[in-house]
Amino acid sequence: MGNIMGKRIKEIRFDMDKCNGCRSCEIVCSQIHANPKYASVNPAKARIRVIIDEFKDTYIAVRAGRYTDAECNARNAYTIEGKEFGTCELCPASCPSRDAFKDPESGLPLKCDGCEGEDTDVPFCVRECHSGALTYVEKEVEVEPKKSDELLDSVSALLKRYGLEKVIESIAKLSRD
Amino acid sequence: MRYAETGYFLEIDLSTGNIEKIESDPTWLELYIGGQGTADRILWERVPPEVEPFSAENLLIFSAGLLCGTPIPGANRTIVNTFSPQTNLHAHSMMGSYFAAEMKFAGYDKIIFKGKADKLVYVVIYNDKVEIRDASHLKGLGTTDTQEVLKKELGKEFQIAAIGPAGENRVFYASIDHSHSSAARGVGAVMGDKKIKAIAIRGTKDVYVANPEKVFEIANRLRKEIAENPHVGDWMATDEDDSFHHDNFAWGNARVRRKGYWTPEIQERFTRLKYEHLDRQTGCFNCPKRCHNVISWPNRKRFSYKCFGKDTYHMAAFQELDFSYDILGVAQNLGLDSYTTPQVIAFALELYEAGILTDNDLPGMPNDVKGRFFYFLDKIVKREGIGDVLAEGVYWAARKIGRGAEAYDHNTTKKFEQVPIKLGKLNPPYFLMIATGEKMNITQIEGSFPQDPLPTREQREEFVKGWVAAKDERFKKWFLEWEKRERVTIEMACAITEWNEAMHYIDDATGLCGFVSSFRGQFGGRTVYHIHNIPYFLTLVTGVEFDEDKLWKVYKRNRNLVRALNVRRGMRREDEKPPDDHWAVRNPEYEKILLDCYYEYQGWTVDGIPTVETLKNLNLDFVAEDFLKRGILKGNDEVPKVYEKYKDKYPWGI
Repeated sequence: MGNIMGKRIKEIRFDMDKCNGCRSCEIVCSQIHANPKYASVNPAKARIRVIIDEFKDTYIAVRAGRYTDAECNARNAYTIEGKEFGTCELCPASCPSRDAFKDPESGLPLKCDGCEGEDTDVPFCVRECHSGALTYVEKEVEVEPKKSDELLDSVSALLKRYGLEKVIESIAKLSRD
Repeated sequence: MRYAETGYFLEIDLSTGNIEKIESDPTWLELYIGGQGTADRILWERVPPEVEPFSAENLLIFSAGLLCGTPIPGANRTIVNTFSPQTNLHAHSMMGSYFAAEMKFAGYDKIIFKGKADKLVYVVIYNDKVEIRDASHLKGLGTTDTQEVLKKELGKEFQIAAIGPAGENRVFYASIDHSHSSAARGVGAVMGDKKIKAIAIRGTKDVYVANPEKVFEIANRLRKEIAENPHVGDWMATDEDDSFHHDNFAWGNARVRRKGYWTPEIQERFTRLKYEHLDRQTGCFNCPKRCHNVISWPNRKRFSYKCFGKDTYHMAAFQELDFSYDILGVAQNLGLDSYTTPQVIAFALELYEAGILTDNDLPGMPNDVKGRFFYFLDKIVKREGIGDVLAEGVYWAARKIGRGAEAYDHNTTKKFEQVPIKLGKLNPPYFLMIATGEKMNITQIEGSFPQDPLPTREQREEFVKGWVAAKDERFKKWFLEWEKRERVTIEMACAITEWNEAMHYIDDATGLCGFVSSFRGQFGGRTVYHIHNIPYFLTLVTGVEFDEDKLWKVYKRNRNLVRALNVRRGMRREDEKPPDDHWAVRNPEYEKILLDCYYEYQGWTVDGIPTVETLKNLNLDFVAEDFLKRGILKGNDEVPKVYEKYKDKYPWGI
C-alpha cells in the first residue's frame, strides 16, 4: 500500500521551427485510418493537422484531442516572437465551432489514438516526419497509486454522514436519471 | 472506382458562368497518364489553330499530375497549359506546393477554364460547391497579398493560386503564384485575359490507390529515400558555392561571362546574407526536401526562391545578392517570371545605352541601376509608356521599338527568352534540346544525362557503377568513354536529347517533381525516380499494368502531341534554332545534319513534322488525319535519310 508506481506517458512533441510543411504526417495518418486500411489519402480525415500560413511563416501541428459539445468562447490571439496565433489554431478539440477534426462525411469527431494497436514503435506521423519537427517521447512518470480501499473509505464516510437510507435513495435516483 | 485519378474534370465557362463536372475518359490514363498528357489531348480537340491566345476560345487548363494526392512522395506538380501570347504556341508551366493535391481532394483531376469573364472574378471551389465571385476587392493586389486576403476570408485550409497586377494587365511573362511556388513561362497572362484573379480550392474527399498495403509500405520507403538522398532536391539549398551560375552564366542582357567572379569572400558574404534573412526552408506537399528558401527582407513581402532564382536579377543588373533579395519580394508579389523579367529590363537598359531608347522614352528614370530596375518593373506591370512594349518580352518589344533594337534580341528561341548562357564550342545535345524543345526553357528539357564528363576514368567507373537510373547500357558505355563535353557522336546526341526530354514528359504527366526525377540526374545520377521504377509505382497505384516500354510509348505519344499542337499552329524547322551567339564556334553544315538526324531519329519529316507512320504507331491517328486534311502532311512526306551515315560522327569543323 502506498508504493510509488510508474505510469507510461506517451507524448508527441512538435517543434515548429523544424517543420518544412510537407504534411506527410497528415497523409500517413489518413492512410492508417482509412477504410479499408491504407486504401486512400485524405488529409481532412487525419487526426493531425499542420496549420500553415506560409506568408506569416507559421507552421503548427495539432493532434486531435477530445470531442466537446460546448462551443468555447476563447477567441484569443497570441503574439509569439512577432507572429500571431489564434486560439483555434492551437486547439486540439473537435468542437461545434469549426470543421477541424470531424469526419467530413459523417461529421463524427476524430481523435488521435497514438497509433495504438498498430505495428509500430512510434506513431506513424512521427515516423514519416523526416524534418525532425515531430518527435515521440514515451516516459515513465512517478505517480502515487490510489489506495485500493479508497472507494470503501469514501462510501463509509457517506454512510456516517447521511445514514444508509438516504444514500440508497440517492443512488436509486441517480440510476433512474 | 478510379485509382490515383478522381475521374472528373471541372469545367468553368467564364463567359456564361456555366459550371460542369465532367467524367473523364477512363482509357486516357493508359494512353497519356494524366497531367499535361491529357491536357494536351483536350487542347488538340478543342482549340483549333486559328484561336488567338487572348481569346475566349483559348482554354486555360490546370491539371493535377496523376500521382498527386496519392501516397507517392514528391508528386505534387500542378501543370498549367494553354496557348501562349508570347510564342503563339503551346505553353507548358508547372508549380509545386499544395494546389494539385487539393484539386484531387476536391474531386478533380483538372480545372478547365474557357471563355472570359466581363469583370475580374475569383473562383472558390469547396468539393462540389463551385462559385464564381466578384473580385473587385482583389483588383491590383499582389500575388502574396491576394493569397493573404483570401486565406483570411475563406480559411487557411484553402489553397490559392493567384495572379498579380502583371497577370491582370496581361504582361506576356506573368506568372501564377501559389504558396511558395510559381507557374512561370507566361500562363498568368492568359489567366488575366480571362479575368480570373485567383482560384481558391479546398477538398475533403478520398484519393484511392489500387494496392493499399503495398503502396503504404513503398511510399514510406521512398519518403525516407528522398529525405536521405543528397542527390535529389535542390543542392543549392545547402551548398553555398554558387560559382556554377556566377562564373558560367552570362550577366547583363545575356552578355558577359565573368569567369573567376566567384571568390571565397563573395561566398562568405552571400552565405551570411542568406542566413541572416532566412526564415525557413520548405518543401512541397508530401516531400521531405527543403528546396524553397523563405526570405524576410525589410519592408518587403516574405518570398521564396530556389536554385538559379536568386541570381537572375542581380546578374542581369551586375549587382550582388542583396539586390536580388530586395527586388524579388516586390517582383514576385507583382506576379512576374523571375527568369524573363530581369532579361527584359537588361535589354531595355542596353537599348538606352545604345541610344535606341532615349530619355524621352524613359521619363523620370532614376540614375542608378537598382532604381532603374524598379522603375522598369513598375512601367512593365502597369503597361505604362515603354512598359507597354516591354510587357511583351524582348522578341516583340525589339520589333515594336525598331530603330535597330532587333539586334539586341539575341537570346530568344521561338520568341521565348532563354536562360542567359553564352559558351564557346557548340554542344551537340544542347543544340538539339534548345532547337527542338517545346517547353521553351532548358531547365524543362535537360536533366538525366550529366552535363559534363568526369575527369578520370576511375571517377566515371564509380559513377556508372551505381547509375541505376541510366536508361540502358548504351548510356553507361558512352559515359565511361566520354572525356570532352562536345565530343559526342550524333547517335549519342540524339539519344541523350530524347532521354532527357522523355523524363520531363513523364514527370509532367505523373506530377513528379524534376528535383527528384527528370532534372536532377544530370547532377549526380542518383535520382529516386527513373524510367525503371516509375512503371512499377504507376502499376501499384493505378491498378493498370505499366512497364518500361509502355511508359516510353506514353512519353513519345505525349511528346508528339505537343509537337502536333505546335505544328498545327505553324511551327516549322526554321523556328528550331538556338540563339546565334549561344556558342561562339558554330558550323552550319554540321548543325543541319545534326538536326536532320534528330528529326529522322524521332520519325519527323525534314520540316520537323511527325510523319503519318509515326503518328499512327503512337495511336495518334486523329492527328495524322487532321494533318492530311489540312495539307500539313501529304502522306509521302520527305524524311531525312542521313542518320545511318552520320550517327557515329563526332562534331566537325568546330
